[in-house]
Amino acid sequence: MAVAAESGRASPFERASAFLFRHARLKLALILGWPLTWFVFIYLGALAVLLFSAFWRLDAFTGLVVKNLSTSNLQRLLDDPVYRTIALRTVGIATAVTLTDIVLAFPLAYYVARLAKPRMRNVLLMAVVIPLWANYLVRIFAWKLILSQGGFLGWLFGLVGVDLHIANTNIAVWITFVYLWLPFTFLPIYGALERVPSSYLEASSDLGGRGWMTFRRVVLPIIAPGVVAGSIFSFSLTLGDYITPTLVGNTRFIGNVIYDSQGIAGDIPFAAAFALVPIAIMTMYLVIAWRLKAFEAL
Amino acid sequence: MESRLARVLIKGGSGFVLVFLYLPIAIVVIYAFNNSVGQKWPIESFTVKYFKQAWDNSLVRESLGTSLTVALFATAVALLLGSAAAFAVHRFRFFGRNAISFLLVLPIALPGIITGIALNSTINNFKIPFSVWTIVIGHATFCIVVVYNNVLARLRRTPTSLVEASMDLGADGWQTFRYVTFPAIRTAVVAGALLAFALSFDEIVVTNLTSGNENTIPKFIYNNMRQPRNRPIVNVVAVVVVLVMLVPIYLAQRLAGGGEGLAPARAGGEVEGMENTVTAAAVTQAGQY
Repeated sequence: MAVAAESGRASPFERASAFLFRHARLKLALILGWPLTWFVFIYLGALAVLLFSAFWRLDAFTGLVVKNLSTSNLQRLLDDPVYRTIALRTVGIATAVTLTDIVLAFPLAYYVARLAKPRMRNVLLMAVVIPLWANYLVRIFAWKLILSQGGFLGWLFGLVGVDLHIANTNIAVWITFVYLWLPFTFLPIYGALERVPSSYLEASSDLGGRGWMTFRRVVLPIIAPGVVAGSIFSFSLTLGDYITPTLVGNTRFIGNVIYDSQGIAGDIPFAAAFALVPIAIMTMYLVIAWRLKAFEAL
Repeated sequence: MESRLARVLIKGGSGFVLVFLYLPIAIVVIYAFNNSVGQKWPIESFTVKYFKQAWDNSLVRESLGTSLTVALFATAVALLLGSAAAFAVHRFRFFGRNAISFLLVLPIALPGIITGIALNSTINNFKIPFSVWTIVIGHATFCIVVVYNNVLARLRRTPTSLVEASMDLGADGWQTFRYVTFPAIRTAVVAGALLAFALSFDEIVVTNLTSGNENTIPKFIYNNMRQPRNRPIVNVVAVVVVLVMLVPIYLAQRLAGGGEGLAPARAGGEVEGMENTVTAAAVTQAGQY
């Protein structure tokens, strides 16, 4: 190319390059067009189909989807108490999981952010994150083994004379969820704790604030957005999960109803309508989190 | 600052959480060598025979082949589209530029089942046959953001003066890309690709809804976990998957280096205080479930 340029005759390649340099908009369109097309057609398109399907209905007689807009699915959701129970159960477990994760993540986050030496800090950060990359199913499988009848946990409790029966219960689901999402809760809390200026803590203690007082009046208000940010993950992930309840529990969650409606019943419109429930709940949750300035802590 | 009691509580709590995080993984690894099909603890006798059985299992092989094919194609698509989007956002100012990050993050910001059911209803609606390609489309859609994040973070750290110097010295656009920009972002591109590969290889939530009768390794684990008879083989596959998965993660971490990879968070903001790509990417990964 350099030779061609010296001889004064631009190769077609060079001319194309120069042309694109002069026509930046065209260049942008050529670069951005591909990912944008993919996302608009495949992803936003799919979401639009999902939204529309929620208002279609399945003809019980023919088993075919009738593409007339109607609210019959939403009506069914509201009228049938089963779905309300399932939604409440899911939100209940999601809340319990979130609170447990915050309680568990906090001491380690505090240790890593404020007590550990820099080298140790990096090691511990990696230590928290690596389990995330151990396959999600493998981590559920681990808990299936541990919680099963005659499994590790039962044996452990047996040593102290307690007879434990939690295989295939909501407690098993709760423990497994807590395990799965713990690193996601940990990271924002750690980030928030790391940003608490040491001088604030010194000032507080100079002014006579004891440990608990300093924590409650100084640390907690500063890290609150980080805690809320951490809770978004555990809450949202629990809300949409259908794998864990299937594998370690025996009751149905929102995700199970969506998945089963689509699969066993073949009722995609109803699955789509029920999918609007976690979307609605998460939207409310995110709006509240946004009001609490949690996004700045992410 | 902290009282002695507080320190003891914090250290005790930290120790407990670390045990909580690693004990289950250790137990799965130990169970892979369990001789009996029943999963009683403590294990009475050990064996490696299930490793051979898993290797000889035709369904495992078929699943592995599908998983690798899907991961390769999904990574390729993510690599091209993710890098292109990162370049566009970094180099140009245009209407809706901020919306691009938001759009790309959406598949992982919404719960996995939403992405899955949306793709599933579309596939059904247009009567597209389920195949390896429907899985690839699903995976590529949420893998794009991983590459995008990595490349964009590196582009932002690379001084624009280098590009300007190259142009001043007479290089054309292509030469500048070939000799200046690409070498600067190469490792970030590879790191993004490795993470995308790992993400795709692991995925089950969306895969279940886009794969029809095709089997992938996670689908194999999911379907056979509930059948006690097949658990020893599932267990072996599980352990091998965990070990194999650590390789791309380790490489990605090495390549991207410290201080890299500030993945735009789910809300579209920057993740701060994250030490490395894998940490940030792990947050990104949240969306796959």
